[in-house]
Amino acid sequence: MEALKKPVRTIWDIPRPEQFAPGHNMCQGCAAALIMRMLMKVVGKDAIVVMGTGCVEVTTTPFPYTSWKNPWLHLAFENTAAGASGVEAALKALQRKYGVFKDRYIKVVAIAGDGGTFDIGLQSLSGMMERGHDVMYVVYDNEAYMNTGIQRSGATPLGAWTTTTPVGKRMRGEPRPKKDIIGIALAHRIPYIATANPAYPTDMMEKFRKAYETRGPSLVHVYSPCTPGWRIRNEHTIHVSRLAVQTGMWVQLEIENGKPRVTVKVPKRKPVREYLRIQGRFRHLTEEEIQKIQRMVDEYVEEINRWVGEQAIGPVVEE
Amino acid sequence: MTENQDVTRYLGKKYPTKWDEVPIAGIVPWPGNTEELKTHAWRTIKPVIDQEKCIRCRLCWVYCPDSAILEVDEEYVTSKGRRYKVSYKVDYDHCKGCGICAFECPVNAIQMVPEER
Amino acid sequence: MAVAVEQRREQEARPAARRRVAAKGNFAVAMAVRDVDIDVAAIYPITPQVQIAEKITEYVANEELDAEVIHVESEHSAMSAVVAAAATGARVFTATASQGLEFMHEMLYIASGLRQPVVMALTTRALSAPINIWNDYSDAFGMRDTGWIMIFSENVQEAYDNVVQAYRIAEHPDVLLPVVVTLDGYILSHTVEPLEPLGREEALRFAPKRRYGYRPTLNPDMPMSFGVVGVPAWYHEIKYQQVRAMRESRRVIEETGREFGRRYGRSYGFIEEYMMDDAEVALVSLGATASLVKAAVNRLRKEGVKAGMVKIRVYRPFPAEELVKALENVEAVGTLNRAISYGGVVEDPLFMEVATALALRGIVKPMASFIHGMGGRDIFVRDIVAMYKKLMEHAKAGTSAKRTYFYGVKGHNPDDDQKM
Repeated sequence: MEALKKPVRTIWDIPRPEQFAPGHNMCQGCAAALIMRMLMKVVGKDAIVVMGTGCVEVTTTPFPYTSWKNPWLHLAFENTAAGASGVEAALKALQRKYGVFKDRYIKVVAIAGDGGTFDIGLQSLSGMMERGHDVMYVVYDNEAYMNTGIQRSGATPLGAWTTTTPVGKRMRGEPRPKKDIIGIALAHRIPYIATANPAYPTDMMEKFRKAYETRGPSLVHVYSPCTPGWRIRNEHTIHVSRLAVQTGMWVQLEIENGKPRVTVKVPKRKPVREYLRIQGRFRHLTEEEIQKIQRMVDEYVEEINRWVGEQAIGPVVEE
Repeated sequence: MTENQDVTRYLGKKYPTKWDEVPIAGIVPWPGNTEELKTHAWRTIKPVIDQEKCIRCRLCWVYCPDSAILEVDEEYVTSKGRRYKVSYKVDYDHCKGCGICAFECPVNAIQMVPEER
Repeated sequence: MAVAVEQRREQEARPAARRRVAAKGNFAVAMAVRDVDIDVAAIYPITPQVQIAEKITEYVANEELDAEVIHVESEHSAMSAVVAAAATGARVFTATASQGLEFMHEMLYIASGLRQPVVMALTTRALSAPINIWNDYSDAFGMRDTGWIMIFSENVQEAYDNVVQAYRIAEHPDVLLPVVVTLDGYILSHTVEPLEPLGREEALRFAPKRRYGYRPTLNPDMPMSFGVVGVPAWYHEIKYQQVRAMRESRRVIEETGREFGRRYGRSYGFIEEYMMDDAEVALVSLGATASLVKAAVNRLRKEGVKAGMVKIRVYRPFPAEELVKALENVEAVGTLNRAISYGGVVEDPLFMEVATALALRGIVKPMASFIHGMGGRDIFVRDIVAMYKKLMEHAKAGTSAKRTYFYGVKGHNPDDDQKM
């Protein structure tokens, strides 16, 4: 299938053909599987995927099988962006010198998890963004090292239980807030940066499409609930995703050439409690701790509103 | 400008049974072939779509992580005379029974029922 | 450098193969890379390799080479990028040394495991700690099990010739393995020597580019997944294929070296024998160190000692047959290396393989291993002469040295090594 050319306004704009095969080993209710499915529908067949080690990589390619219908390359954990840079440079040279894929646009799509992006892959991502490679980089953020069994990463949010931020007498889950990967991307002045969420598929796909159409580096940071890692019910994947946006825990952003915009506005915010209480990883939180997270989110929302120059995310309204 | 006639020597045999039938470097030259793998055994509950109740909103199809809701061009006329051009069916080979479709269905047209084997 | 450029311009009119320039090893490598018309280079600066990166970018800047240069932020990314570029179908190059090689170590296995014809130049250099930018072979020996074809150069001309041959070998349809060409840090990388470059036309004739798609690539018209999970049911077979590819590469390496000699008068084999016809004692060495050993052999010959030398040019795949054939008639065999295998059966990793090659063919004779010249310590010809004499003592006594002799260590008598 060809890359998506038209804007995705309604879910009827989503193409029916599947460019990503089922039969993979991603968990029941895994958001990453859904994100890959939607992403591949946008980029179509003329895209080369470079993927970092992680859940999606191991679950989609058990030899002699692959879920990928595109050319796909996995090297290692920390070098997704470096590999993507190499593919992009090679395409440029092959097209220029030998006329391979003449008059065709072959997109390089880098995909990695939060650990492979926020932590171990940050250096190569920085290099790729700074050098201006024409690569769209998609990070599926399940907020911990889920592939190895739920260890905290730089993307783990404040208070979350993981196997390396256990809840005991001296530790109450993750002691630090999530790393600001968008801020890091912004500092590289790349042309397109967005946050996306699978509960809002048209918004997510439209962002994939814009990232695809960007000529130069783009980064789409996608929220990706992990049913076993977050201790949520399999059927709650989308529900949790939606609550993340409705509570202001996750803001749907788009920064085109440095100009920020909130793409999913939330006039009335739900209290973070509603988001936290349905997830086992936050079950231990006391009311006091929940209020601390609430204050953190309030400040974050205020910061976003100031930045975008409007009240894109409203105040908390208890129902 | 993509001539690949010689490349086949590296691509092994689908599917290999011995070492020299394995594609070079363990490349998988069979795109999307996990589709041949069935994941139905993961399921303890399964979705059943009530075609009468279904309003063809497409959400179950959109939200399925396993592409296991199929959108087919099959006309359906409800008992009340409502005519739909598409129908949604479950691909029971790949459905893992997560239940997202039933949870997200705005009209409760999908029931998760115990899997009987 | 300016001299080299001037001379090159003056001699532009002469036939390619007969043109002579003066060049440092680093520039010779860069010239070879230019002459084979690479498509993508990704090189992170490290001493003593950095001039290769400088020169290549200069060629690109001046349109003498049409290639994409990726200014990677690390050696790890350098190797990642060239492996990915090779998988896309490009002719690629990178260069590194020492810590840089260690930093990309993980990717060395991935380059060979994915069977990508990456060519790399390694200006051999000591490893930290303590930090040391000078020559030894610690870095090269650290990558011996990574699945790369390894070719050692003895001089600047060899560095050039080996790089050109490396492309022909690596990209050969029966090989598809990465190749590293070493040149001794500073000793070759920064030393100006006479060089006869082939020139672009001839280099491309010798190492021609193959049609896009002759090997599996990341091609949207023929999608394949590279680097999938090698499950226990198949990993073993994939690795065995790699073993077979390395074994079978011998034929192509041999043909390539022979053909190079036929065309340009400089033949290359797996090993080079020096004064071995009637040699009674022989040292096995590699890289530029071999030149010193040759000088020592000359001196010994003047003294009437029947000394000989065997230089290993291709270290991987290891030339066991050739080596044994060269050594079977000498009375005693020694090895001289500039790399240490701490806690090994002897500390010289080269010796272990030489001894194994002989023993497996039922040849047991007095042997000794020598290490000298770590971290750029000068090895003098007289030191090597002393090693030969030590070897002759072993030959006479019919004994082998159970431990490696460390020569050139201040305040240390190498004989004491046998006591501990």
